Amino acid sequence: MSIELFISQFAEQFDETDPTEFTPHTEFKRLNEWSSMHALLIIALIDAEYNIPFTGEDLQTCTTIADIYQIISRRMGSG
Amino acid sequence: MPCFSVSHIRPEGLAVCVPANKVSNQDYPYLTQRERALLIKTTGIAYRHVCTARQCASDLCFEAAQQLLQALNWKQEDIGILVFVSQTPDYLTPATAAVLQSRLALPHSCLAFDVNLGCSAYPYALALMGSLLANMPHKKGLLLVGDALTRLVSEQDKSAAPLFSDAGSATALCFAPLAPPMLFNLQTDGSGSHAIIVPHGGARHPFTANSLTVTEKEKGIARNAAQLHLNGLEIFNFGLREVAANAEQLLHYAQTLPDDLDYAVFHQANKLLNDRIRHKLQLPENKTPSSLYHYGNTGSATIPLTMAACLQTQLTSQKLTLLLSGFGVGLSWGSALLRTTPMVCLPIIELGEDAVQR
Repeated sequence: MSIELFISQFAEQFDETDPTEFTPHTEFKRLNEWSSMHALLIIALIDAEYNIPFTGEDLQTCTTIADIYQIISRRMGSG
Repeated sequence: MPCFSVSHIRPEGLAVCVPANKVSNQDYPYLTQRERALLIKTTGIAYRHVCTARQCASDLCFEAAQQLLQALNWKQEDIGILVFVSQTPDYLTPATAAVLQSRLALPHSCLAFDVNLGCSAYPYALALMGSLLANMPHKKGLLLVGDALTRLVSEQDKSAAPLFSDAGSATALCFAPLAPPMLFNLQTDGSGSHAIIVPHGGARHPFTANSLTVTEKEKGIARNAAQLHLNGLEIFNFGLREVAANAEQLLHYAQTLPDDLDYAVFHQANKLLNDRIRHKLQLPENKTPSSLYHYGNTGSATIPLTMAACLQTQLTSQKLTLLLSGFGVGLSWGSALLRTTPMVCLPIIELGEDAVQR
């Protein structure tokens, strides 16, 4: 598990945003393409790839992609 | 162990009716073109069947029941139980089941009542009807499960309007000494009762003029307090957390492996969620039929609708081992394991406006 891998998985959920736009500091809710559907896609991605609970409330507390990654790392006990 | 079984009950027939009025999510005006495409891809919902102003869930169930009784050649006087399961009854009171008993010309000896359940309704309703019939071996049961949720949803609520669709089903069950047991695992967590709710119009917050005040929760989500409020993310997480675990418990109780299932029919709310549940249960895609594309989320009716829309040939011609799994409003969820023998299953009925008569 690495943040680079997570960022590439995160980027795959977007059809139109250039993959190079995604960095740990990307404020994802400010992306033009971001929508409420992406919240579902991100939660499903984390369930599929990391098998940990990650809720809509968790997502609300996150501003950057690194914020999400930190929660995943902590819940997987490796952060 | 929360699982239990109901013995000697056999499903004899199934019919499902939707309004003929079909709308496309491509035409939904409160999303951009890009958002519409993403919604259709993610939820899997492209079309929805929407009741006209004169149609109710009970009309759809009535039509399904009429055609099913005819196909089965069942006499009205043999029906001993009618249960109507819905979140969209005709009235707050009396029970819609009583209205339907009269419309269907069922005898006065028929007991009839409503049950308020939504997306989990079908497994619950089979358990309830089966349990009653087990003590009334000479009677037949008519289970009417359906919703017209589009009635409750604000068209200007992009978080709900493009998801919901209308349908009514009729399932015929009877006592059969040799029928294999139906197995169930039914659960509840009312701490999530706010996650899908129509706040006004019941006794807690009676309908007043204020109920009609439209508030805009965020851009594209405008609704009043007498309309459906859906917290999609909370329900999504609930689905990820509970549904596969519930089904696994039931399969364990039934000493059945996922491989032994012919089909698993999930409540149809969201393709993304159902794909995750399917993966958790390690089921191949061809064992988990979906009706989302053409019929959307019809609340309590999604499971029988998917059976009739996708499995009609199999249900009418083969013995099947079926896992049925419903989950949603309540929060309420549950699964049923059925071993069916060939039964009557009608093609999906479409009800036009002029067919409604009251």
